[in-house]
Amino acid sequence: MSSSLSVSSSTSKPVASSLVWQRLQRNPVSFAALCVIVLIAAAAILAPIVAPYAPDATDPAASLQPPSWQHPLGTDEFGRDQLSRIIFAARVDLLVAFAATLIAVTIGGLLGAVVGYSRGWADTLAMRVVDALMAFPAFVLAMGITAGLGNSITNVAIAISITQIPAYLRLTRGEMLRLREMEYADAARTLGNPTWRIVLIHLLPNCLPPLIVQATLSTGFALLTMASLSFIGLGIQPPQSEWGVMTAEGASQIVTGEWWLFVFPGLAIMVSVLAFNLIGDGLRDLLDPRMRGLR
Amino acid sequence: MSLVEIRDLQMHFPLGGIGGTLARLRGQAEPVLRAVDSVSFDVEAGETLGLVGESGCGKSTVARCLVRLLKPTAGSVRYAGKQIATLDAQAMRPFRRDIQMVFQDPTASLNPRLSVRSMVEEALTLHTKFDAKERRARVEELMHEVGLGRDLLDSYPHELSGGQRQRVNIARAIATNPRFVVLDEPTSALDVSLRSRAILLLEKLREHLGLSYLFISHDLATVKYLASRVAVMYLGSIVELSDTRDLFAKPLHPYTRALLAAVPVPDPDARRDDFTLAGEIPSPIDVETGCRLRGRCPLAKPICAEKPPLKEIAPGRFVACHLVAELSS
Repeated sequence: MSSSLSVSSSTSKPVASSLVWQRLQRNPVSFAALCVIVLIAAAAILAPIVAPYAPDATDPAASLQPPSWQHPLGTDEFGRDQLSRIIFAARVDLLVAFAATLIAVTIGGLLGAVVGYSRGWADTLAMRVVDALMAFPAFVLAMGITAGLGNSITNVAIAISITQIPAYLRLTRGEMLRLREMEYADAARTLGNPTWRIVLIHLLPNCLPPLIVQATLSTGFALLTMASLSFIGLGIQPPQSEWGVMTAEGASQIVTGEWWLFVFPGLAIMVSVLAFNLIGDGLRDLLDPRMRGLR
Repeated sequence: MSLVEIRDLQMHFPLGGIGGTLARLRGQAEPVLRAVDSVSFDVEAGETLGLVGESGCGKSTVARCLVRLLKPTAGSVRYAGKQIATLDAQAMRPFRRDIQMVFQDPTASLNPRLSVRSMVEEALTLHTKFDAKERRARVEELMHEVGLGRDLLDSYPHELSGGQRQRVNIARAIATNPRFVVLDEPTSALDVSLRSRAILLLEKLREHLGLSYLFISHDLATVKYLASRVAVMYLGSIVELSDTRDLFAKPLHPYTRALLAAVPVPDPDARRDDFTLAGEIPSPIDVETGCRLRGRCPLAKPICAEKPPLKEIAPGRFVACHLVAELSS
């Protein structure tokens, strides 16, 4: 409490967010993870500038070269530069991971808020559907959906978001069940707020901290799911460069000893998924209700 | 016509679980918790009616039925002559402007993610046609009214002290110029030092704005100061309703006597009524028939097996006890 007492009365929101920022800095692992994601995202956005070669520029003279100064991460059998391909692939990978998460948070969060607030038959129905969806392993479900929808980037994002909606729905519903009984919800009702205002303006913002944590953790998972889908050929299709596709292409070269072809894309997947998870863990500590007094 | 008239208000909560289902299957009545059983009283315009009783006696449930956070099981709640007990949320909305409530916990009743300004302003947005400038002016006026600085408008609840939070709650409740405000133990979460200031503020506002209060409390000293009439509740029913002065001078119902006798007096030589009840407050699920105090009352007689009506034994003085005539003599 003592830290909040020193906060001046007029500037709350900026102070609160800068406190989060300060604490994130005090958690060096999560902070490093955040830097990694920012770095990857920046490289992806600036890909045409930072990538040394065009991602699909072939060079028959330089095929299957091990890492060298010319090609820091080596080249594939068509002589394409691995580093450039990995940088360009980050665009697809991050975009789909973020888009899938955003769709899932929005739909799952809103649906969860509505059914959690209203309870009754809609709640029962939604929870049974969620149970059914969760009974499928997420990956098998995503496989089924992409197989059904066809594998464009949009469809992959939709498939992944569908596998993630249940988690958000359940999380928001649970929070909503708790929040709807809070005294400030009663106060909002007494004031004459229509139901949509109580849900959207009074209660949903209070569900956000756990949603943010969940979203960060599952962005990593979304990325992994997409890479896995592409690896088995159901996700992004070659020649589009994508980490899962590249790992799959490289995997066929294991026996012939071209290790750089699958190690580097695999590393890219691992590092980004790990980074998302570490940020999520850091945020979870940060937004823990028990630490609310310190915020 | 009184501003608020409550007649035979009942609020029963089904217990749910397997017991309820089994009872229904057997064709029996589902077991219920009788939180409020047949409560009647009036609140006149401009008056403060105190509602006292120990924790769990149904005070807050009465309040929640009054502001229609709960839909009463039976009975009527009339506001300015209009029945509001059966209205749905939509139909209730116009009445929200006139009937407000200040909640018990000043911290829990403020939304942690909304600023003071947006909370106080909300009532105006919902119920008035004020434009942004008028609302802003009114919010500042309200802050002044409850004794808060304008500089706190952009703060969030966690930055305020307990007393300031309760003032924000009060400002929010009076924003639309309501006529009737339910105060559900508004001072019980405050420090003793802040309590008196909050009470003075409430009294000042009542006089200024011509409000009527239903003041719920278990703090008898506060009720004695604020309320012109007091209703005493025990286990979901009103056992005594009287002028404040008469009630404190000469409590008639055995429960009221015991309640007042339990108040410590800061004088070692004071003569005190040694009246105490036996045992604990029973469960509101299996309520005994007849007088609800019967099992604990040292004066209980066979006639107490019949339910005593709340009858007027002197002008404005209602007591629900068969033995009152004897007691008062």
